[in-house]
Amino acid sequence: MIRIANAQLWVQDQDEALAFYTEKLGWEVRADVTLPEMGDFRWLTVGPADQEDFAVVLMAIPGPPVFEEETAEQLRSVVAKGVAAPIFLTTDDCHAAYEDLRARGVEFVDTPEERPYGIDASFRDPSGNHIRLTQVQLANV
Amino acid sequence: MVYAPPARHLLRARDLADARFFEPLDVDDMAAAAGLSRAHFSREFRRAFGESPHAYLLTRRLERAASMLRYTDRSVADICFSVGLASVGSFTSSFTRTYGVTPTAYRARFPPAVAHAIIPSCIVRAYGRPQRSTNGEDRNVGPE
Repeated sequence: MIRIANAQLWVQDQDEALAFYTEKLGWEVRADVTLPEMGDFRWLTVGPADQEDFAVVLMAIPGPPVFEEETAEQLRSVVAKGVAAPIFLTTDDCHAAYEDLRARGVEFVDTPEERPYGIDASFRDPSGNHIRLTQVQLANV
Repeated sequence: MVYAPPARHLLRARDLADARFFEPLDVDDMAAAAGLSRAHFSREFRRAFGESPHAYLLTRRLERAASMLRYTDRSVADICFSVGLASVGSFTSSFTRTYGVTPTAYRARFPPAVAHAIIPSCIVRAYGRPQRSTNGEDRNVGPE
């Protein structure tokens, strides 16, 4: 069977992203390794404490020689415009999670709303990535 | 201070429209969220997202109103106020220009089964927002 292990988000700044995902979202650091032999590439992953086999890679947008400056700038802009791919999270209590995250200063795009599939909300990470937070209630369907 | 591309501030303003369209929000509030003057903001917003902030905010409201017309039995006036618009007359004419039918006729077109589609709301929001020319309604917002 093929399972999913990691998914990647481009971030504008890894320290800022790390603070957001650990201090605001409450996730744990899975890996934080800097490799001097690879131009100080930093492999940084985070994930929910009770979901050990999945992690989100917080990937810095590289400049030359990985991406030439024009590509790097386009990518920074795309992420900042919120066009980069979102991630979808689930929770048992969307309203409680919303109150909790909002109190920590998280910027919400959608406040919790009843949908045919449950209750969901969405917010931004500091880079501009779009994160949905859904309390699935398929009984509603 | 962490580096943020200029578009990040414009996205913050657009997010404000998405998050609080149901309040009496206007382009000045969006410009303030981006930390830019109104004229500069409108120009930069259009460059980043391809439409004026006024058009974005209005179509966001119309998209939410259309959704409520499809999924609820709330009155047209109630829906108008609940998407942050103050005048039922302007709402009805904006809606009719955009969708080609009045709110009441629009509602009558949709069978209840539509309410059962299991599509995440971000998809509905992004793909359901109508395209429209602004019919000169942006004229008063300065150079863009």
